[in-house]
Amino acid sequence: MKSGSNLEKILEKGLFAVTGELGPPKGNDIEVVKKKAEFLKGYVDAINITDNQTAIVRMSSIAAGALLVQMGLEPVIQMVTRDRNRIAMQSDIFGATALGVKNILCLTGDHQSFGNQVDSKNVHDMDSIQLIDCVRIMRDGGTILGGEEQIEGQIKMFIGAAANPFGDPFEFRVIRLAKKINAGVDFIQTQCIYDMKRFKEWMRMAGDMGLIEKVHILAGVTPLKSAGMARYMNKNVSGITIPDEFINRMAKAQKPAEEGIKICVEQIEELKEMDGIHGVHIMAIEWEHKMGQITEMAGLLPRPAVS
Amino acid sequence: MIKAEQKPVDEILDFLKPHRKILLAGCNACVAVCHAGGEKEVGILSSALKMARKKAGQKIEILEDCSTRQCEPEFVQELKEKAEEVEAVLSIACGVGVQTVARMFSDIPVYPGLNTTFMGETDELGVWIERCQACGNCVLHVTGGVCPVARCAKQLLNGPCGGSQDGECEIGNDVPCAWQQIYDRLKTIGQLHRMEEIIPVKKWGRESRDKGPRTISREDLKL
Repeated sequence: MKSGSNLEKILEKGLFAVTGELGPPKGNDIEVVKKKAEFLKGYVDAINITDNQTAIVRMSSIAAGALLVQMGLEPVIQMVTRDRNRIAMQSDIFGATALGVKNILCLTGDHQSFGNQVDSKNVHDMDSIQLIDCVRIMRDGGTILGGEEQIEGQIKMFIGAAANPFGDPFEFRVIRLAKKINAGVDFIQTQCIYDMKRFKEWMRMAGDMGLIEKVHILAGVTPLKSAGMARYMNKNVSGITIPDEFINRMAKAQKPAEEGIKICVEQIEELKEMDGIHGVHIMAIEWEHKMGQITEMAGLLPRPAVS
Repeated sequence: MIKAEQKPVDEILDFLKPHRKILLAGCNACVAVCHAGGEKEVGILSSALKMARKKAGQKIEILEDCSTRQCEPEFVQELKEKAEEVEAVLSIACGVGVQTVARMFSDIPVYPGLNTTFMGETDELGVWIERCQACGNCVLHVTGGVCPVARCAKQLLNGPCGGSQDGECEIGNDVPCAWQQIYDRLKTIGQLHRMEEIIPVKKWGRESRDKGPRTISREDLKL
């Protein structure tokens, strides 16, 4: 075992994994974390804690992750390269593992111009691929980056990263996946999938390159709440395209929220059957209370207990 | 070349307030090329400042000059006589020139009339774009002649992030994605395999801006 995390155990046993997502509060209100975590409890194998997503200042992912550990839940802490240099990131990895965190998701992070600190300076001392490599060196080599210096203790992290099959240039997206695998990634979470045709094409290319045997791919899904949200995401969120078919279904639905969940469940059903997909990452953003319903309807319950 | 823009006249007037006689010193190198600090701009800015001060009832006398290159002490030395006559120097060279003047005429204030912005190329008449950040270890041979340090909004070294869409950066405003440009270039020149290489962490601390001012010392050129 690389980390001994629940997520690692589930994936290594060949079971279909389910992960969720929790956005920490814009402040230090622990109750927000607890409330969202309770909604996810029992329905997922691990919970992603976002790291100041869309460059909005929030409680740190490691602090919120430590709160989850205290609750007996398993966090996947996201770490973006935008806000910290290699000194701070390695230091935080020491700290996170000391607090019981066993999974990390290495990300670039949204540009600071999207957030509430537009005049800040982005760091990107490392990029996401270099961060994967860094965590792997810390875990497998037992040293810090570029150093002979032995780490006091052991860094047991299950290393994840993102993949966006909907970003451009499309042909490069599998090469980027290959780079992340070469850097040492254990699992991949994809961007929200709506365009199934393009996703299947990306998976085919990854298969042709022999990549799907080398990494656990968790397919990302996000339930749509309304036609308005679908249109907004399609137009404004870079790296996301939503086919007209879904937008029309949402627009025509009597109960759009129920229709959104129905679409999401259909997607999960389809993804479950796909070669190389080892789990789903359900990003029910500010809709954590729907996670029980979604996982139930998709036949993902009960979550297995592994040791 | 170095690109610069003139500071707002009001800002310049504000820091010139205590002075009644100044030297306005331009530079005939980079900043003349981007029409910000050459001989022509010395004349225009001088007139604007004099008119504004006259209108405000606080006349100012302005001596004018324009060095061949304000970053070279031997050319700045030529300003000496005029500098001795004035209370302060307003330099409209780049930030380097301003500092050379400050070092050469250490007993009078020197003010910057420009904001030095970047090293860039001419895109079209009147439009310049940043192209180099002098990171100290060029990777252009790997990236098809397109610099990710200067042109990617996140300075990424291993390909585009998930925000690259239809050739555009996620920050919008028609900013092209540098990594899409790198990809296209490498494809055209038959070097797409370069995209597969992992570029290791950069030595910002040793090669770049973080070690105090960098110095190049060439023994073969010293007297």
